[in-house]
Amino acid sequence: MKSISVAALLLLSLLAGCAREKRSYQDQSPYVEQAPDKVVQSDLHPGMMPPPSSYEKNVYAESAYDVAEGQKLFEQYHCSGCHFHGGGGIGPPLMDSDWIYGSDPQNIRATILEGRPNGMPSFRGKIADHQVWEIVAYVRSLSGLLPKDVSPGRSDQISLGTTPQQTHPQYEKKEQPGLNREEKPK
Amino acid sequence: MRRACRPIFVFFAVAALFVGCNSRSHTSQPENPPHGGVMQPYAGKLPPDDGQWTMPAKDYGAYRYSQLDQINTSNAKDLKLAFTFSTGTTNGLEAAPLVVNNTMYIITSFPNMLYALDLTKPGAPMKWAYDPKPVASAKGVACCDLVNRGGSYYNGKIIYATLDGYVVGVNANDGHEVWKTKVGDINIGETITMAAQVVKDKVLVGNSGGEFGVRGWIVALNADTGKLVWKAYNTGPDKDVLIGLRFKPFYDMDKGKDLGVSTWNPDQWKIGGGNVWGWIAYDPDLNIVYHGTGNPGPWNPDERPGDNKWTSGIFARDADTGEALWYYQWSPHDMHDYDGINEQILLDLPIDGKTRKVLVRPERNGYIYVLDRTTGEVLSATPYGHITTSSGVDLKTGRLKVNEELKPSPGKVVHGACPAAPGVKDWNPSAFSPKTGFLYLPHNNLCMDWESVETGYIAGTPYVGADVKMYPGPGGNGGVFSAWDPINKKEVWHFDDRFPVWSGALATAGNVVFYGTMDGWFIARDAQDGHELWRFKTGSGIIGQPITYKGPDGKQYVAILSGVGGWAGAVVTGGLDVRDPTAALGFANATAELPKYTNKGGMLYVFQLP
Repeated sequence: MKSISVAALLLLSLLAGCAREKRSYQDQSPYVEQAPDKVVQSDLHPGMMPPPSSYEKNVYAESAYDVAEGQKLFEQYHCSGCHFHGGGGIGPPLMDSDWIYGSDPQNIRATILEGRPNGMPSFRGKIADHQVWEIVAYVRSLSGLLPKDVSPGRSDQISLGTTPQQTHPQYEKKEQPGLNREEKPK
Repeated sequence: MRRACRPIFVFFAVAALFVGCNSRSHTSQPENPPHGGVMQPYAGKLPPDDGQWTMPAKDYGAYRYSQLDQINTSNAKDLKLAFTFSTGTTNGLEAAPLVVNNTMYIITSFPNMLYALDLTKPGAPMKWAYDPKPVASAKGVACCDLVNRGGSYYNGKIIYATLDGYVVGVNANDGHEVWKTKVGDINIGETITMAAQVVKDKVLVGNSGGEFGVRGWIVALNADTGKLVWKAYNTGPDKDVLIGLRFKPFYDMDKGKDLGVSTWNPDQWKIGGGNVWGWIAYDPDLNIVYHGTGNPGPWNPDERPGDNKWTSGIFARDADTGEALWYYQWSPHDMHDYDGINEQILLDLPIDGKTRKVLVRPERNGYIYVLDRTTGEVLSATPYGHITTSSGVDLKTGRLKVNEELKPSPGKVVHGACPAAPGVKDWNPSAFSPKTGFLYLPHNNLCMDWESVETGYIAGTPYVGADVKMYPGPGGNGGVFSAWDPINKKEVWHFDDRFPVWSGALATAGNVVFYGTMDGWFIARDAQDGHELWRFKTGSGIIGQPITYKGPDGKQYVAILSGVGGWAGAVVTGGLDVRDPTAALGFANATAELPKYTNKGGMLYVFQLP
């Protein structure tokens, strides 16, 4: 029994691993035919009639592989030039819970392809469709919308401590020869 | 003892530093009178003062000084609100209001509205508003909030530039558009944020876009018609830069043919930066305009070997033709985003027994330069903040002595580079008082960590190639307001602030100087000893430029736009998430606490005596 359950566990974890590492290919994307103009942008539905759901739940395009690829593309297409590593700057932050144009994959895809009037450029015709989905996956991972196991384990951003008011030992040393950080008056 | 905190003064006084830092105030709370400097009344000539404010710095020499003296060190404590006006904006307000013919003109951040207020009526009601209707997509190529730094009055018109690349001339009486000229293209990343500067019958404007691989230029337009008179690029072949036979740079490093091409890898100059988004001064006797040039692009220096002429430097040009007369490069092959676009104050100073025509430049790389403004010779370069990225300027060669240890290189994270990218002082202009002879400097105390990353050029998108994280420098305060003696080349007094002091400064003949803080205080100090005379809490943080004028009633008023933003305040206006220390090119980390102190929203405040 024991060996069977171990084997079963092993098999399960392998299966889970397979799903986690599943590669996406352009022709497999369920959204290739999804025209961005069907994306609903409003929570108001005149006549009390919610618009028909125009897409299926995204189960495919958000594997760990997609997220990792999306992270690279996010740099290569200079998304990081405006959104940085999720904190924002020229463009809004992507790691918080605010979504001006919606957080669904289709909404984010529409934002990337069509642009938005307040500064988001239109990348239609500039980025391959499957790459757009990979960027979408990465963007969603930034704000914790994806399961933890597919989100990047490590950020590529500058790895430099965490406290905003940090002063670095290098120039403390320069000004205060022979003084350890611990001895510095608070 | 407060002065002992400044690292540039304390190599000999470690003990004093402990005491000083203990008592250091990180907020701009009221202070006891400290110390004073020896006043050095200015012997040079002053432009006439009619009590108006018709151009960005009030005068061509960029003094930001008013000869009005009704508000003085005795009565400034009684200043009270005269009137207010909402700008309807939520981005940073960096412009100086203009006052001409009993009308005040306010230029806002995007959408770059122009409002005229009637100063002859109670409460200064709006006369008219002009809407240039800039394209909203321009917001996507503006590096550092959606600011506008002001405009000029000329011959019945208010002239200023819009974020989406137009310059407009607007009838000052009725608000009708007289001319509108397109000079920039947002699809290659060009925006305009600088204050349009009228010089004689022309208006001078340059482009922003140093973070988008935009080739920098400055244009002169006919101020009556908006027609292009001359255009000078700051990279590329000599003919594009308007370098010809009259070009006589002082130092060998700036001599040679087509250096705007040969100091770059092939074709890189076409996307190399060197933008003109700061201040222009004009010497009517020499008929020379002076303007700086911005950082080279991308930030990652390994991707652009060479000195990268003519970025991060200063040009002297013939005001009529734009021909280059001399050039000096503050930061050859800049490695830290040290734009060279700050204000230059034109003074005639006694130096080594002779009166020299100089320009004084508090530069982003941390030095206050005194240059002979006829030749471009560097007479002195003195640190006015904490510097680790260089160790001075070689006055023989003119070259900045760069600290090789803090050179960014691939795969290396540079720690403790000071000053940070916005420099010891950014665009926020200083003021000069001829009465005290001091310069008043709103500035930063910031350092940074930097990691270069590979980047490629995609037109109309950021072209930076660096992850940066900024933080307050030694002492933990992000900003400083100080007085500087340009003859003795030393600081007279200073006051720290928690945040970068991102406003301009104003000096007056009443010996009162004004500035604002990012947490919203508008402050008046004694010009001589710096002690605080008065303060007022405005609704938002202040990054604007204070002005003063004589009202229709003959009384002196002081005006300031309140409205946080700019690069330093993007954390508030953009609602940035500071868990990412690289947000806003790394500035969000240094001002991460700012959202706890202030909120966005634009408002004009005008003050008077009772």
